[in-house]
Formats: sequence, C-alpha cells, structure tokens
Amino acid sequence: MFFQEKGYLEVETPFRIPAPAPEAQIDAIPSDGWFLQTSPELCMKRLLAAGYPRIFQICRCWRAGERGSRHLSEFTMLEWYRAEADYRDLMDETEEMVRAAAGIDSITYRGEKIDLSLPWERVTVRDAFLRHTDTTAEAALAAGTFDEVMVEAIEPRLGIGRPTFIYDYPASCSALARLNAEDPSVAERFELYLGGLEIANAFSELIDPIEQRARFVAEAAQRASDGKQGYPMPEKFLAALADMPEAAGIALGLDRLVMVLLDAGSIDDVVAFTTEEL
Amino acid sequence: MYTAADLRKGLKITIDNEPYIITHFDFAKPGKGQALYRTKMKNMITGSTLDRTYRSGETFEPANLEDRVMQYLYKEDDHYCFMDNTTFEQIHISEDAMGDAKNYLIDNLQVDVLLFREKAIGVDVPNFVNLRVVQTDPWVKGDTSGSDSKPATVETGYVLRVPPFIEEGELITIDTRTGEYSTRVKG
Repeated sequence: MFFQEKGYLEVETPFRIPAPAPEAQIDAIPSDGWFLQTSPELCMKRLLAAGYPRIFQICRCWRAGERGSRHLSEFTMLEWYRAEADYRDLMDETEEMVRAAAGIDSITYRGEKIDLSLPWERVTVRDAFLRHTDTTAEAALAAGTFDEVMVEAIEPRLGIGRPTFIYDYPASCSALARLNAEDPSVAERFELYLGGLEIANAFSELIDPIEQRARFVAEAAQRASDGKQGYPMPEKFLAALADMPEAAGIALGLDRLVMVLLDAGSIDDVVAFTTEEL
Repeated sequence: MYTAADLRKGLKITIDNEPYIITHFDFAKPGKGQALYRTKMKNMITGSTLDRTYRSGETFEPANLEDRVMQYLYKEDDHYCFMDNTTFEQIHISEDAMGDAKNYLIDNLQVDVLLFREKAIGVDVPNFVNLRVVQTDPWVKGDTSGSDSKPATVETGYVLRVPPFIEEGELITIDTRTGEYSTRVKG
C-alpha cells in the first residue's frame, strides 16, 4: 500500500541466478550450477535501466553460513529502488515507510523505548567511531578490526531511544555504492538501526560500468585470496548499467523489522520454521 | 578439527591444551562486513570463563571428553579411588577434581567420571543420594527458639542443615545439585 501510493511498481525477479554480485563477504548458496540470490539487487537494477523508475520487491534471499539470533540463511528481504534520487532521499522515505509499518509513534524493544517520531538520528560512521570508541574508522580499517569494533562497540549503541541512520561508510566497505563527490574516501551508503539491530542497508547507486567492473574484480580477488568460491562476472548487469539512471536503492531485512515491531529477541520467533526445525 | 562455522552452544573445544565448553554463542555480521563468531566459554577444569570472537576460517581442536561409569572404592590420602565398571580398571582422582562430589561418596556409589586426555576432570554423582546422619543435636520438645533447622553431620563428614525432627542414625536424601536436605528416608 505504502509503495503503491508512492507510485512504486511491485516486481518479481528470479531467485535462482547465474552470477551473484561478487562481494567479498557475502556467500551465495550454489543451486544446480547457478546460485540462489543473496539479494535481488542486480536484476532490479536491470529493471531500472530498462526504464522502470520506481520498483519494489519482497522476496526470499539466501546467504550461506549465516545463522544466529539475528540471522537465518533463508530470510525475507524488502528492496526498493528509485530513479533520480540519492541516499538522503531514501533516508527520508525509509523514515516514512517504517513509521507507516509501525503505525504508532513509540515502540518498546527489549525493555527500551524507541521513539519513532521525527527527526531520527543521523550520524556518520566517522562520528560514530569518535563518539563510541577510542579509535577511528581509518585506524580500525588499517588494523583489520573495523567489523569487530562495529559489532562490539558501536552497533549496540545505535537506534537506542530513537532510530539511527549511520552513513558515509569507508569506500572499501561499499562495492556497489557511489563515492561521495566531496569526500571520495567515503561512499554514499547508510544503514538503519533500531534498538541495536541492523534493519536496512542503502546507497546512492554506482552507475559507472567501468568503475563497477573494477570494484567487482577487486572483490573477486579478495574472495579468491580468502579461498572462497568464485562467481562468473555478471556481464549482463554491467552492460545494463550504462543505461541506468541516477538512483538510490535500499535492502531492508523484513524479519528484523518484524522482530523490532513485535519485541522479539530472536529471529527464530518471527518465522514459522527455522533451518533446524526442518 | 572444527572451523568457526561449527561453533555453537554446548560444543567442546581445546584452547591452550585445556577443554572449554561454549556457554553462549552468536553469529554477527555487520552490514556488508565479515562474519564474526562471538562466544563465551567455560574452562571445564577450572570453571573460569572466557569471551572470544572468531572469524571464518579459524580452526579448533575438539576437546575429546570421555564419560565413564565408575564405582567409588576408597579414599587414600588426598586421592579418591574409583573402578571402571566394565574394564575393572582403577583410577585415582585428586580432591581438587572431585569438587562437591566428595561430600556424597559412600562405598560402591556409582558415578559418572569425565576424562580429558585420560585425566579425570570431573565427577558427577546421582542427583539424589541417601546418607546416614551420624551426629545432630536432639530435638528439644517445646523449643521456642523458632529455629526450623539445625546442623547435622552425615557419614561422609559433610555438614548440612536439616529439619529439627531428624535424629542421629536416620537416613536422609540429599539433593546433590544444591547440597541441601531433601527428605527423610522412612524405614
């Protein structure tokens, strides 16, 4: 309803694809020579390139080896893409969408109140490091501890009291995002957190096919040096990128949003069957 | 060999040559970042705890623990002697490794002995054991002190609180998980 009123077209794209985006840290599950999608991103961007300016999709995605209290290997993603928009426009739209889904101005998650009224907190990755740690994003990246610091020191403090957008990620953490024109050391990417839980990831889309290919080559090299499975280069996606308009896109973990809205401590509580129950 | 992806609650691994059991486990993966395996572990010998975060690809040696049913024979100095019920092999276990189990050892009691690399690191006694009271003060009728329990010593030397009506020579059931009096054994 929310999306229809805003002129978004609901789309369906295949779950089983020949070439997932070669991201260093996201592993696809092989399926009869192809792969189960880790996100509908590449096909949806091809639809943008084909001339559909506002599209959304709710679908299953699969990621190998991801299982924990906030992860299921098979989960439900809500993705939407909007032409002629950037990541800041999507922050505004995400606020509207989550507020519409909640239907109330204040929720309680794990005993902590989260006030959903506007404005929501917006903090850069750089400032979040300064505020919550005694290191910097650059130093943590250089030391190879960026993810640990995020998980242990920063994430638990995001989205407490009110939702937090954390934005402007280091360029190296954003394989498909456009770099910030004024500060190319960061990418125009944000994550939304509620109650310490990562809900969504979004960015201003990179639409330069040459730059995108170079990033994929670098990510694929990282995968190879980590001993991970290689994927075929998504050539049809790269070819379509030349026709893609300026756009922004967001991937929102629907199970996680339901967890927060229903005050569920584990993702197991919001699905009928977990992997272990099959 | 286990990898980080095998980690889960209850798994037993070896770190610095000592067995650990994972008491808390969670998988974390910050947006687009690498997989992190967060654990809390308990040292199965000392009971000390450890918080560790691992990454994919790290490997662990399993802690191969063996559970054997044994029978208590006797105490010698600060060692306790047990016999394996199937092989009749006898082993000695130090007082330290016995923990609270030493409070409940009567001749021929069957226990579960946990071994790590052939060395006993723990003894599990049954949840309930019956022990005879060897010393306790008599119940004074009309005692108005209001006390609803009194100390009693059982045949193993263990001292616990029992209800006032328990007399010397009586058999009582003790809950070994709490070390507390459970009930009087009639007859």
